[in-house]
Amino acid sequence: MICAGIDIGSRSIELVLVENEKVIETRQTDTGFDPISQARKVMKGIKFDQIMATGYGRNLFEVAYDDASTVTEIKAHAAGVRCEFPEALAILDIGGQDSKSIRLNDQGRVVKFEMNDRCAAGTGKFLEIMAHNLGFSLDEFGPAALAAQKDLQINSMCTVFAESEVTSLIAKGQDRQEIARGLHSSVVKRAVGMLNRVGAQGPIVFSGGVAQNPCMVQMMADALGKEILVPDHPQMMGALGAAMIMAAKQ
Amino acid sequence: MREDYTPMWESLGMDLSAHDALLGVLEQGYRDIYLAQKNRPEGMGYFDFVMSEVHGLRIKELLDEKKQNRKIIGSYCVFVPEEIVLAGGATLIGLCSGADFAVEEVEKHLPRNTCSLIKSSFGFKLGKVCPYLECADMIVGENTCDGKKKAYEIFAGMVDNLYVMDLPQVKSTQGRALLKEEFERFKTAVEELTGNKITVEALKEGIKVVNAKRAALHRLAILRKADPAPISGLDALLANQVFFYDNPARFTESVNKICDELEVRIKENQGAFPSKTPRILISGCPMAVPNWKLPWIIETSGAVIVGEEACVGERGTRNLTDDSGQSLDELMEAFTDRYFKVDCAIFTPNQERSDHIVDMAQAYGANGVIHYGLQFCQPYIMESIPVENTLENLGIPCMRIETDYGMEDVGQLKTRVEAFIEQISD
Ligand code: SF4
Ligand code: SF4
Repeated sequence: MICAGIDIGSRSIELVLVENEKVIETRQTDTGFDPISQARKVMKGIKFDQIMATGYGRNLFEVAYDDASTVTEIKAHAAGVRCEFPEALAILDIGGQDSKSIRLNDQGRVVKFEMNDRCAAGTGKFLEIMAHNLGFSLDEFGPAALAAQKDLQINSMCTVFAESEVTSLIAKGQDRQEIARGLHSSVVKRAVGMLNRVGAQGPIVFSGGVAQNPCMVQMMADALGKEILVPDHPQMMGALGAAMIMAAKQ
Repeated sequence: MREDYTPMWESLGMDLSAHDALLGVLEQGYRDIYLAQKNRPEGMGYFDFVMSEVHGLRIKELLDEKKQNRKIIGSYCVFVPEEIVLAGGATLIGLCSGADFAVEEVEKHLPRNTCSLIKSSFGFKLGKVCPYLECADMIVGENTCDGKKKAYEIFAGMVDNLYVMDLPQVKSTQGRALLKEEFERFKTAVEELTGNKITVEALKEGIKVVNAKRAALHRLAILRKADPAPISGLDALLANQVFFYDNPARFTESVNKICDELEVRIKENQGAFPSKTPRILISGCPMAVPNWKLPWIIETSGAVIVGEEACVGERGTRNLTDDSGQSLDELMEAFTDRYFKVDCAIFTPNQERSDHIVDMAQAYGANGVIHYGLQFCQPYIMESIPVENTLENLGIPCMRIETDYGMEDVGQLKTRVEAFIEQISD
């Protein structure tokens, strides 16, 4: 039996196929303006027996595909992360337009979670816009910040205000890399706050697209004073979890 | 064909086209949220009727009462004693404030970071869309939270019949004395308004009527302990909302009728939702008509609400008044005692509320508690973190939600609520 998990996020769509508890296929695409036709595209040519959707587009998907089930991104992430790291007790997920923190018990059940509210502050989108302002590509941004000697403090978490702060720092002739590091540091502070609010303890997994940024991982580890676990494909955790939950139902 | 109430609304000086728009939204909301529910008790038909006539027949009744020289008093808080109003031969109406209206106008008078409830009360006045407000002979405000206190100072310039009741903030001997004095002052004000002297008999009768309607809601609350829950949280909330403006005797009778029906349902093991549906207790700010947003999200996400720890709910109706006193003073003492137990978050300290939330969660077999705070409502949001800690230390999952009357955050809220339901039902 092949189970599929599809994570329809606001920026990207991931698909994972699982057979006998093994991942046999992963795919990814942009969400674009029409999530359902993008989902169709990503599913083209693959075969599965059951599918479970997660992410903000899950309900749209359920309407479009009669036999799909849904699960929230919270539970899906928990399942996906535990599949790769059975010892995980906390999760930080920072994606394109949202972020969340989750605390798990020993059995991997969600006992507390937090989600960011209605804005881009502290998400991948924030870093993306700032990278652009500083003239870095997204791939350069993390390493550049990591190489900086110190961070220049950025006071505003609001994307719009932070943008003007950055502009005035550039105008003052401040170092681009140090500004970049300051921006990372402000996202880290917010993430640590979110983890604290759920009482995160023990092994922590960092997932979502932003976990691919080496500076974020390093600074999170420094801020928490411990190693941070990062999956090989941090963006796939939601889809993987959905597929695993579907498989467990059978 | 429904009666044409336009002349009546016009005579109240209302803005007819704005009012049409409001009624349109209300009807649509009611259809989508209430009438779309499955397995409703038949007795809810009464409340469907009440809601369809909320600005019609009920207003006509009130205007008929006014023609008989009966006074109408409007209030915004459960601290305003209906017993005294009834004893004075007047009618008390709760003014609802559960929807955004005339927001731009409102923000000329109030800062943006004011809670939705206060903004709404201004919006209904400034938009001239609330027939209850327009037909009231006296409007009672109260010194509860800072937002309301200051808002009434401004509101006083918009109406000519505002009476402000002071309230204690500490449950001390002095606090109780203040409450009693304020009830005495209110009694005099009601007597002056109506021209009727309040007698022992009248007060006893008032207490009896109000006790009866509270008792009917207690009966309803207890029936919700059953699994499967015999009635949805939305429907039970509606009964608690209508409590504030229906004719008291008719309300009591209708709720009791529903309870009879629910008793049969429970015997037959029938519910509004299947048995073992995850059960949620809501706790926090009052939900006034037509603020059904959060309960609707919860009950369309696979859970059932089994209780409301709120002023539109058990906090407001919890205790009855001892009516055994034989003198005016004994009776005034008795209901000062009764009201002094209301554990509104404006009191400090307020351990009782936290204890009540725990009691209710256990008594109603809730799998989790959702704390509902209106954005910018300092008293309830400040209490929400200690409440959450208390509950979680006892192993009762709790999620804090802060929202307003807007619909922009429905998608986000739905995800959070669904995830919470997954968390408590696994
Ligand atoms: S919450 Fe407090 S202020 Fe509001 S109605 Fe209840 S008692 Fe009154
Ligand atoms: S909801 Fe809170 S802020 Fe608003 S009136 Fe009630 S107590 Fe005051």
